[in-house]
Amino acid sequence: MIRSHVLICGGTGCTSSNSPAIRKKMEESLAAHGLAEEIKVVQTGCFGLCALGPIMIVYPEGVFYSRVTVDDVEEIVENHLLKGRVVDRLVYNEAAAGEEKHEVSSLADTGFYKTQLRVALRNCGVINPENIDEYIGVDGYQALGKVLTEMTPQEVIALMKASGLRGRGGAGFPTGLKWEFAAKNICDEKYVICNADEGDPGAFMDRSVLEGDPHSVLEAMTIAGYAIGAHHGYIYVRAEYPIAVKRLEIAIKQAREYGLLGKNIFDSGFDFDIDIRLGAGAFVCGEETALITSIEGNRGEPRNKPPFPANKGLFEKPTIINNVETLANIPQIINKGPEWFSSMGTETSKGTKVFALGGKITNTGLVEIPMGTTLREILFDIGGGIPGGKQFKAAQTGGPSGGCIPAKHLDTPIDYESLKAIGSMMGSGGLIVMDEDNCMVDVARFFLEFTVDESCGKCTPCRIGTRRLLEMLNNITEGKGTLEDLDKMEDLCHYIQKNAMCALGQTAPNPVLSTLKYFREEYEAHVVEKRCPAGVCKKLLSYEILADKCRGCTACARKCPVGAISGTVKQPHVIDKSKCVKCGVCMETCKFGAILKK
Amino acid sequence: MKSLAELQAIRDRMKNSVALREGTGDIRIVVGMATCGIAAGARPVLNTFVEEVEKQNLVGKATVTQTGCIGMCRFEPIVEVFEEGKDRVTYVKMDSEKAKRVVAEHIKGGRPVYEYTIGEAQK
Repeated sequence: MIRSHVLICGGTGCTSSNSPAIRKKMEESLAAHGLAEEIKVVQTGCFGLCALGPIMIVYPEGVFYSRVTVDDVEEIVENHLLKGRVVDRLVYNEAAAGEEKHEVSSLADTGFYKTQLRVALRNCGVINPENIDEYIGVDGYQALGKVLTEMTPQEVIALMKASGLRGRGGAGFPTGLKWEFAAKNICDEKYVICNADEGDPGAFMDRSVLEGDPHSVLEAMTIAGYAIGAHHGYIYVRAEYPIAVKRLEIAIKQAREYGLLGKNIFDSGFDFDIDIRLGAGAFVCGEETALITSIEGNRGEPRNKPPFPANKGLFEKPTIINNVETLANIPQIINKGPEWFSSMGTETSKGTKVFALGGKITNTGLVEIPMGTTLREILFDIGGGIPGGKQFKAAQTGGPSGGCIPAKHLDTPIDYESLKAIGSMMGSGGLIVMDEDNCMVDVARFFLEFTVDESCGKCTPCRIGTRRLLEMLNNITEGKGTLEDLDKMEDLCHYIQKNAMCALGQTAPNPVLSTLKYFREEYEAHVVEKRCPAGVCKKLLSYEILADKCRGCTACARKCPVGAISGTVKQPHVIDKSKCVKCGVCMETCKFGAILKK
Repeated sequence: MKSLAELQAIRDRMKNSVALREGTGDIRIVVGMATCGIAAGARPVLNTFVEEVEKQNLVGKATVTQTGCIGMCRFEPIVEVFEEGKDRVTYVKMDSEKAKRVVAEHIKGGRPVYEYTIGEAQK
């Protein structure tokens, strides 16, 4: 008889910090203490608080252990599981800036989880993703059963439209409407595609859903197939997500064994099956027409729209493409009703959204919040603020396609429209936080470098336009830019937005435009004063030794990798600027604060 | 699987197992599992509580957990029952048979088994 469950995170974050070894040790240790029959070890998907991994939760108490190591396992078994004494040393300690430290023994009480509302991530970190029975135990496949036995395809579409669900991959197109377009096309064959080609740097919510709750995606795809009259589905997932691919394969196999995929599901006469297609990691393949081209076996390049995939998609047949997070919402919407879903969120954006917090933020990880939550709540209440007492400067939403949001817009309620209005976009939900040490010109340059690399080259505005933009940005970071360049850049940005063929090119200028809009003074400092205010752009930096503070200890001279520092013992040293590579090692080494960065 | 009934059967079978992770139920049964408790036989008592709670279909309602020594080692095994809005009940010198009665009469029936409580033991 099982009296306790030990949940160990098996997401990518915790796996790379050794959670499989912890699980193995836990199983061995439980067996050694004769507890194997009473305590079950469960591998789950991501809990979301990746910064604190590997994470372990012990139920029924719900004790939340963070940063567990293999050596801690024996202590947890001997004290907690055998004798009921919680190992305080490992319990997550929440120390908000300026507040007193307090231990948080239950997950639900942490600032990180308290204000979250988990719909798409509801099962991540709760069930074992490799066991279909556990998914069924939390009402899995109930929605599919209801749809196939009680509803017509038209009713399913009407329900989706009523819920107000919009695509979570970036553009925010209403899901029900997309299904309706595809359903209306009469054709012998149609397809359902799950877009799991998550490419935004810093976004990992789709991976987390696939790793933590793969059956919810399969169930939703089957429902979509029934609604539009398709019998075949493809999941397009990048090969660089090996754990997600493995769990999807297991999930598909189990669903087939149970007859939840295949012929005549629930004796309704409806057939549906799903295959996986692996992508090689090209960013452009997240664009739906490029993704379709790639599944067809060709090089991933976008096509002109129209025709839209709902009319002419995969193999020229009507096709719907939904993002992973969108799909993960669907079984819940069917089970709980469209009114439940549309009661969350804002006027135009219903439900919740998952954001991947990264960059200069204390709680790196995944958060799911109702639409309409402000950026300030996400970053400071849930995210724990900026580490090291630094000042918040900007947050980038939507990855390389999005824009940065400055401090003055921190209180904007987040939804599709409000983000667009302030020059950014929802995107897939990557949220990269920048503090006073980030140079905004360098940030724009970084994102543009990414799009230049990832541009497929099919259309000229994207292939050549983004490269010219990058060249101008490089010039500015090297102090070679002019004020005229800033205006030229803006013109070129608008030109690319209007003329590029697909969303990759159309959105590529967003990081440049938004930083120009909110941080023009930083650009001007680079151009006019030849100075990088954040001290990032190396070409504009110089290091100097302050003679009155230097004690002549020689530490910096010994550490300098290029021998640019000279001087005699107990005498002030000097840096030869022609040799200096501006690595900053001297500054880190100096104990007297004698080195100045300008 | 060809019918919803089969799906429901799996769901019902798994429900109890997964419910354990939804946190504590309304009633908490806490078994003292320090060295003194274990030496006095707390382990079979704990296991009996877990089994009985499941057998009587009380999984969503009551949660069995353990705690350390509460300082009255001569009364071990000690079991305490906490319920929202009610006084806590402390049972002493427990064994498996007593545990079964506590689940049936107190947890399910709502009537504490006074003869096993600490008040009776100290008379």
